[in-house]
Amino acid sequence: MSDVADRVKKIVVEHLGVEADKVVENANFIDDLGADSLDTVELVMAFEEEFNVEIPDDAAETIVTVGDAVRFLEKNAA
Amino acid sequence: MRRVVVTGLGMVTPLGSGVDATWSRLVEGQSGAGKITDFQVDDLACQIACQIPRGDGTNGTFNADDWMEPKEQRKVDPFIVYAMAASTQALRDSGWEPKTYEEQCATGVLIGSGIGGIGGIYEASATLIERGPRRISPFFIPGRLINLAGGYVSIEHGLKGPNHAVVTACSTGSHAIGDAARLIALGDADVMVAGGTESPVNRLSIAGFAACRALSTGYNDTPEKASRPYDKDRDGFVMGEGAGIVVLEEYEHAKARGATIYAEVIGYGLSGDAYHITSPSEDGDGAYRCMAAALKRAAIAVSEIDYVNAHGTSTPLGDELELKAVERIMGNAAGKLSMSSTKSAIGHLLGAAGAVEAIFSILAMRDGIIPPTINLDNPSVETAIDLVPKQAKRKQVNVALSNSFGFGGTNASLILRRVS
Repeated sequence: MSDVADRVKKIVVEHLGVEADKVVENANFIDDLGADSLDTVELVMAFEEEFNVEIPDDAAETIVTVGDAVRFLEKNAA
Repeated sequence: MRRVVVTGLGMVTPLGSGVDATWSRLVEGQSGAGKITDFQVDDLACQIACQIPRGDGTNGTFNADDWMEPKEQRKVDPFIVYAMAASTQALRDSGWEPKTYEEQCATGVLIGSGIGGIGGIYEASATLIERGPRRISPFFIPGRLINLAGGYVSIEHGLKGPNHAVVTACSTGSHAIGDAARLIALGDADVMVAGGTESPVNRLSIAGFAACRALSTGYNDTPEKASRPYDKDRDGFVMGEGAGIVVLEEYEHAKARGATIYAEVIGYGLSGDAYHITSPSEDGDGAYRCMAAALKRAAIAVSEIDYVNAHGTSTPLGDELELKAVERIMGNAAGKLSMSSTKSAIGHLLGAAGAVEAIFSILAMRDGIIPPTINLDNPSVETAIDLVPKQAKRKQVNVALSNSFGFGGTNASLILRRVS
């Protein structure tokens, strides 16, 4: 796993209170990891904080799996 | 009207987590006050508070993780965590676990708070100013709203009946229990989880209450001596944090399932001072009328009251006004009455105070022990009423009255009777 993926995983485990082995690339935050709509908003905020990047709302809507987040951040984070 | 009884008790207080830990320390005359160490106080007039002893959950300490998942705790102010702890304790104590849809719909929640999430509002305000609106969490609002204490409790335990909250400053806990009892009496619910919760020990709250000149400021080096209701050297209240929750139940419902019945709620009175935003009315009229209303509802003689758990916050004005109102209502029966202020030990839990103190009144009945008014060295006035100075007292208590009075001139009295 890349450095970005490790950091994403850590945030997801902490915010959603899930086991680390559940946080796989194709895990959907809502369907697989028990997040609700507010959790997903906060997750995006946590990614912004960790990677010092702004994620616009239309981009945030496309981040629904762990892999989506990793790909977006690998491409956009400094 | 249907009869309403108390079948479960739960609390988190500055003397400990749980009814047993708190009550044993209260009866021993311990104080929950100490120096505030978790935020800056050197520029505050008041530097002390009664704070919940935190730890791993053993020996009466409070371990939040025992009551709410860490990921949920992160989203809410502590008043919601305290309510979750005390509610779970009370429901376990009552043995009531609503499982069927009908049972769930017949079980409601009425938990109030005086101020709710003031600590979180303070922090989020700083975030907004320093870092802008995009850094405000989606959990900011739902984690601060007062009725979210009841919201979380209802979700945790599947309680689908009335879901209500009271906000009447320092009378909140008493109003919550009284109003919930009425919902049961009128048939809106068979069981109610009711009480108050508060987490006001933060820099903004202390600064605000100090500005009202409500807090003790002369005992920063001897915090355990600061809360001293009726004593001539009292100089204000000591802020406390925690929650008190009871399970209220329709009498036949409780009897049918063989529940332990602690007490019956026989009287509930309310009144308004219509006088001043923070000061009690000078003649104690509001306090008198709310006790009188509770007595009328209870349909008992004043001489039947064995114990009053006073509002008694340790403020110069309030203590004596309440005492005079109690003397007036008791008349010739004042000489056999015991009245103590347990705020001497746990401080003033604001919106949780009335609920915690109703539970103390119930425990006094259960054990035949009246908790003391600690630090009462020299009463500021003479009275025929026994103020239970410094040491707990053995006395059979069949009927107890608990008073709460709040900013805005809002008053509530509860009368509880032992069920034989």
